[in-house]
Amino acid sequence: MSARSRVLRWAIPLAVVPVLVLLAYGFRTDPRAIPSPLVGKPAAPFTLTAFDGKPISLESLRGRVVVVNFWASWCVPACYDEAPSLERAWQAYRDRSVVLVGINIQDKEEPARRFLDRFGHTFPNAPDPAGRVSVDYGVYGVPETFFIDRTGRVRFKHVGAVTDEILKQQLDKLLAEPA
Amino acid sequence: MTPELGYALTVAALVLAVYGSGAAAWSAVKGRADLRASSERAAIGVWLLLTACMLLLVYAFLTFDFSVRYVASNTNRGTPFYYRITALWGALEGSIILWGWMLSLYTLIVVARYRRTQPQLYPWTLAVMLGLSSFFLLVMTIPAPPFERLSPIPPDGRGLNPLLEDSGMITHPVALYLGFTGFTVPFAFAMAALIVGRTGDEWITITRRWTIIAWYFLSLGLLIGGWWSYHVLGWGGYWAWDPVENAAFMPWLTATAFLHSVMIQERRRMLKLWNLTLIILTFSLTLFGTFLTRSGIIGSVHAFTQGSIGIFFLAFLALVVLGSFSMLAWRLDRLRAQGELDSIVSRESAFLLNNLFLVAAAFTVFFGTVFPLLSEAVKGVKVSVGAPFFNLVNIPIFLALIFLMGVGPLIAWRRASAENLRRNFLMPVAVGIVGAALCRAFGVGNLLVLLCMGLVAFVAATIALDFWRAARARRRTGDGWLDATWGLALRQNRRYGGFVVHLGILVIALGVAGSQAWSTQTEATINRGATVELAGYTIRFDDLQPAEESNHVKVVGTFSVSDRRGPYTVLTPAKKFYPQEQTPIAAVDYRLGFVEDLYLVLGDFARDGSHATVKIQINRMVSWLWIGGLILTLGAALAILPEPRRTPARPRPEHATVA
Repeated sequence: MSARSRVLRWAIPLAVVPVLVLLAYGFRTDPRAIPSPLVGKPAAPFTLTAFDGKPISLESLRGRVVVVNFWASWCVPACYDEAPSLERAWQAYRDRSVVLVGINIQDKEEPARRFLDRFGHTFPNAPDPAGRVSVDYGVYGVPETFFIDRTGRVRFKHVGAVTDEILKQQLDKLLAEPA
Repeated sequence: MTPELGYALTVAALVLAVYGSGAAAWSAVKGRADLRASSERAAIGVWLLLTACMLLLVYAFLTFDFSVRYVASNTNRGTPFYYRITALWGALEGSIILWGWMLSLYTLIVVARYRRTQPQLYPWTLAVMLGLSSFFLLVMTIPAPPFERLSPIPPDGRGLNPLLEDSGMITHPVALYLGFTGFTVPFAFAMAALIVGRTGDEWITITRRWTIIAWYFLSLGLLIGGWWSYHVLGWGGYWAWDPVENAAFMPWLTATAFLHSVMIQERRRMLKLWNLTLIILTFSLTLFGTFLTRSGIIGSVHAFTQGSIGIFFLAFLALVVLGSFSMLAWRLDRLRAQGELDSIVSRESAFLLNNLFLVAAAFTVFFGTVFPLLSEAVKGVKVSVGAPFFNLVNIPIFLALIFLMGVGPLIAWRRASAENLRRNFLMPVAVGIVGAALCRAFGVGNLLVLLCMGLVAFVAATIALDFWRAARARRRTGDGWLDATWGLALRQNRRYGGFVVHLGILVIALGVAGSQAWSTQTEATINRGATVELAGYTIRFDDLQPAEESNHVKVVGTFSVSDRRGPYTVLTPAKKFYPQEQTPIAAVDYRLGFVEDLYLVLGDFARDGSHATVKIQINRMVSWLWIGGLILTLGAALAILPEPRRTPARPRPEHATVA
C-alpha cells in the first residue's frame, strides 16, 4: 500500500469529524432563545377579577414576590404537567410573602373552572377576557411564567412547563434580596 | 391500557430487530442457514409489531384516547376524522413510527426479493437494515415514545397544528419518508458489498431501481412540500430555503449525482470509490435531515419540538458516517478505477461535471444551513444566511446543470469527434439561441431568465432530436409513428424515462424562472363595495362573515373578481382562529391558471366588516412546477419498469445504455 493510500485511509473518516463536532456544539445553544425585553423592566400593572369574584391587582402586591403564570385548559400537556408544581410552590411559599397569580387566557370559562377544580388550585386565578394582560406581557404561547421581584420588576421569564426546581430556585433567589 | 400495550409492542420490536441484525451478521460469518432463516423471521416480526403499533395509535386517535400523551397533544374532539388518522405523523413521535414502519416494510421486500438470488450480499444487507431499524426503535423506546401515558387524563386534547390540516400534509410526509427510507436499501447493499469485499458493479446493478424509486419519492415529497407551502402558508412562494426544506433537498442533490455517476461505473468501470461515497453521503444526509428537524439546533418555521432525541440522532449519525467511511477506507485498494478518462470532450466528463455541480450545490446548501451554528461557534454571533445567499450561489450552478442535461445524453462516450458534436448539437444550439432571441423580442428583459429560457430550449431540442432520430429508425422497420414512439419508450425505458424526467425538470425550471421574474403583488385596504385593480384584474370587496367550524372559528371575506373580459370568479380568503393558537391563521384562496394564478390573502379587517386589508398576488407560471412534477412522475415510472427481454431479431441500438 502506498503512502498516499495510508493517508487517505485515515483522512476519509476523519474529514467528517469537524462537522460532527459543530453539530454537537449546536446543543449548547438554543436557536429560539430570544431574551424577553421585559426582563429587568417594571412589570405591567393589571387588575383582574378572579374566578371566585375577588379583584386581583398587581399594584396591591407590591413588596411581595409575585409569580404570574399564564395558562389555558386546552394546553395539553404542558399546563397539566406544571399545575401540581404551581400548587406545591404556593403551599410552600405562601407564608413567606410570595403570591402566585394564575392568568387564564384564550379559554372558555367552564373548562377553565374544571381545570382549577381538578388540580385543586388554591392560589388566585383570573381570566383575561380581552387578552390585554397577555399582550402586555408579550405572551407567545402557554404556559409562560413570569417572576416579579419585591420592587415590581420582571426578573425572569420561563417558557413552557415550569418545574419544582425552577420555582424553588427563582423564589429563593428573589426572597434572598433585601426588600 | 393502550399506552402500556403500545410500549410493550415497541420494546418487543426493538428486541427482535437487535436479535435479527446480530443473527443475520453471524449467519453470514459462519454460513449458517438456520440463523439466517431465524433473522428473516425476526424481520417479519419487526414489521408485524410496527404495523400493530401504527394501528394501535390510529385506534387511539380515532377513539380520542387522551391517556396517550401523543394523542392528547395532537388532536382534540373537534379534529375531523381523516386528520385524526394523519395526525399519526403530525409530530415527532408518530413520524418516527412511520419512518420505522417504512424501513421494516423495505426490509421485508428485500427479504422476499433477494433471499435466494443474492446469497453473499443479502445476509449483510439484512443485518445492516435491521441494525438501522433498531436505532429507530430505540428512539421510540427512550427519547420519543409515542405511547407515553398522560396522567391525569385531560378532558380534551390540544389539537393538531392547524397548518397541518391540509391534504398536502396527508401525502407530503409519506412521500418524503418513502424517499428518505428508500435510500436505506442501496446504502445497506453498499455496506454489504464493502464488508464482503465484492466492490464491483453488483450492488449498483441490484439497487439501481431502488435508487430511482427512492429518488422519485423524495422528488415528489419536495414538490408536495412546495405545493403545501404555496397554498397553505400564504406568503405566495413555494420554496424559502428554510433549514427543513434544505434538509430534504441535500440528499436529493447527492442522490441525483449518484443516479448519474453509476452509469459511468456500469459503462466504464470508473468511479467506484466515488459512487460509494455518494451513496454514503446521500444516506447520511437523510439522517442529518432528520437530526436537523428533530434536534432543534437550528430554528426553523416547521421544526419539531426538541428534547434528548437530538443527542441520540447525533450519536447515530456519527456512528453511521464514521463507520461507513472507515469501511470505505479499509477497502480502498479494491476501489481502484479500471477505466480512465480519455478526453475532456466526452460523455464521461459531462457526467463528472454534472456530479461536481450537484455536490457543490449540496455543499453550499449544507454550508448555508449550518452557517448560524458556525458563526456562533467562531464569532459568538448568530447570523443566518437567507434566500439571497442560496440564490446567488445556486442559480449559476443550476443553469450549468441544465446545460449539461442537454450535453450529457448525446455526446459520445470516451472521445467526441467534431462530427459527433456537429451532428448532435448544431441544431439544438441554434434552437436555444432562437428561443432566447424570441423571448427577448417578446420583451423579456432579465438576463438570467433569458439564459434559462435559451438553455431550456436547447435541452428540449436535444431530446426532441434524439427521439425523432430513433423513432425514424424504428419506422424503417415498418412501425407507425405511434408504435415507433411507444415501442422506443418501452424498449429503452431507462434512457427515455430519463429523458422524460429531464423534460419535467425543464418545465419546473421554466416555472421557477417565470414565477421569480414576472410575479407581481399589491396590498390594499378596501371599503366594502369598493374595488382595487392589479394586472388586469378588478377585485371588489363584497362581504365579511364569521363562520364556526368543528375546531375553530373563521372570518371569511368575499371578493368578486373580474378580468378584462368580464366577471371571472369569486374568491373567499379567510382568517382562522384556533383556540390553541396565539395568532390567527390565514386561509388563502386562489385560482390556478396555466399562465398565472390569482392568489388572495386576507389581512386585517374591521369587526363590522366595513373594510378589509387584502394581499393580492398574481403568481405567474407557478402551475408549471406542478405540471413538471407530473411529467417527472411519468418519466420515473417509465424508468422503473422492468427492462424488456431483448429478442435477437432486434439487436440493441448502439447508443443504448448498458443494462
